[in-house]
Amino acid sequence: MTTIPKAAQRQTPLRGPTPRRSLVPLKRRLEPYGYLSPTLLLLLVLMLVPIGMVIRYSLMDNVITNKHPEFAGLSNYAEVLKDSVFWVAVKNTAFFTGVSVIAHLVLGMGFALLLNTSLLGSATKAVFRVLYILPWLFTVAIIAVLWRLLLNPNGVLNYILQDLGLANSKVEWLASPSIALFSVTFINIWSGYPFYMMSLLAGLQGIPRDLYEAAHIDGAGPINRFIHVTLPQLRPIIVSIAMLDIIFTTQQFALIWMTTGGGPINVTEMLSTFTYKLAFNRYEFSVASASAVTIFAFSMVLAFFYVRYQKARD
Amino acid sequence: MEPKGLRRVTMQVGVIFALSVGAVFAGFPVFWMLVSSFKANPEIFELPPRVVTDNFSFDAYTTILTDPVKVRFFINSYVVALSVTALTLVVAILAGYALSRFEFPFKRPLNMVIVSVQAVPPITLLIPYFGLMVTLHLYNTYFALILTYMVFTLPYAIIMMTGYFNTLPKELDEAVKCDGAGTMTALWRILVPISIPGLVSVGIYTFMIAWNEFLFALTLTRTENMRTVPIGIQLLMGQHSFKWNEMMAMSILGCLPVLILFLFFQRYFIGGMTAGSVKS
Repeated sequence: MTTIPKAAQRQTPLRGPTPRRSLVPLKRRLEPYGYLSPTLLLLLVLMLVPIGMVIRYSLMDNVITNKHPEFAGLSNYAEVLKDSVFWVAVKNTAFFTGVSVIAHLVLGMGFALLLNTSLLGSATKAVFRVLYILPWLFTVAIIAVLWRLLLNPNGVLNYILQDLGLANSKVEWLASPSIALFSVTFINIWSGYPFYMMSLLAGLQGIPRDLYEAAHIDGAGPINRFIHVTLPQLRPIIVSIAMLDIIFTTQQFALIWMTTGGGPINVTEMLSTFTYKLAFNRYEFSVASASAVTIFAFSMVLAFFYVRYQKARD
Repeated sequence: MEPKGLRRVTMQVGVIFALSVGAVFAGFPVFWMLVSSFKANPEIFELPPRVVTDNFSFDAYTTILTDPVKVRFFINSYVVALSVTALTLVVAILAGYALSRFEFPFKRPLNMVIVSVQAVPPITLLIPYFGLMVTLHLYNTYFALILTYMVFTLPYAIIMMTGYFNTLPKELDEAVKCDGAGTMTALWRILVPISIPGLVSVGIYTFMIAWNEFLFALTLTRTENMRTVPIGIQLLMGQHSFKWNEMMAMSILGCLPVLILFLFFQRYFIGGMTAGSVKS
């Protein structure tokens, strides 16, 4: 990075450098790589090699189960793209992600604004904050069994709905083809909003008060203050967390696997469950790899925008 | 600017009402999980549902905690999560130090790689990981889980450690170096001790990711004695009859470590989760 000026280079011999001295700059230059070596090694073993492997798998006729796989070109990709279930999974993943991200943002913003109110004491707000963050403290496996209990046809939710006259029969929340996708999306909304809420709350507390006072003097009401002060100030946070959420929600596996397993008749099949079943239920590792590489390519497009956005903010 | 008198009271009532509705949405499922864990299994779906039933007891907890198979799930989860946390912290401290205190070629591209690694789908890595672990005879071992979990925990941990070191003045480590000590001494004697808050944030977040992981644990282990808590919960569901009370008790026990960490280190939690997404 730093180029040594010619004058300085010429001066060095005058000081009579020992061999040890000339080693110092090299050691200095190598030092950061020493500190980074565990990271670089792990990136190689956990990223570079596996991605190379999965791309190679996707071009072979069948791997892992077949001892001598042969090159098969792009036929596995053709098989994935011709599979109607794959396109159902694309559609479901898009719906699941789109609705989840919008609902997360709306709920997270709503709760953050409520928790940021100046109308209540900080102790009251602290109690509500702990309550609101609860869903975030549970692992997906727990969230899945918990909602299977609540959404059971004989469960407490159906009882409450029937009691209030909102439903007249037992709703099969997770087993009915017309409802299951909405149910798993709802569960994901429940489990994901606290992340937005806490990030936005931290953002709200960082907005300078005089911005609101200036807007107030200009005659802006609460809605105008929200649109013209709060939203622009929170924009970087909103874009960042929404991008991360899109990336992570499109990859959701455990929640679907433990609630519906992709069923009934594929109505909740996601790209992740589709690929998993190809590999570990049907042992078609090469077709599964082609699907996995397709998902990877899509994720890298998302990552590109995320990295570019982060860089633009620096 | 602050509303006064009656108007203020009306607004207060409105806010409390809205907050309470939200609290039911967030809290009721958790409350129901807790009360269900104290019921006998036939009482789970009794009509009308009751909060406290006739057979209120801690039996479900006793069953879980006296069953060596289920206790093993917890031991496995602790071993894996604590190992991942320790290893991640060491690797992230070293990398964060290099990225914060040195200028070197490829620094920017490396930063970009670390950020974008977070977006690589676990399902893409799962198939080659499975192949690798079988080839290396690490399939169905702790080591398979510890190694692969670091792919989730490291990028975040490095980004956060670099950010934390960047907030510390460079004069601190320069002073040590003037005394003739190397950069290693500067890092471990000076920077690490004053970075404890940052380390706690990173450590908690790492522990949580490892404690909650499901997909790799499902695929890279096979026998009951290697399964972790999330898989253990799924196994309870797979048996011929659903033991709902035991599932709920195991869920409560399974979320306790994270819950306790959260209650004691709330400030670090929030600092950690916002720093990870907002500043990188």
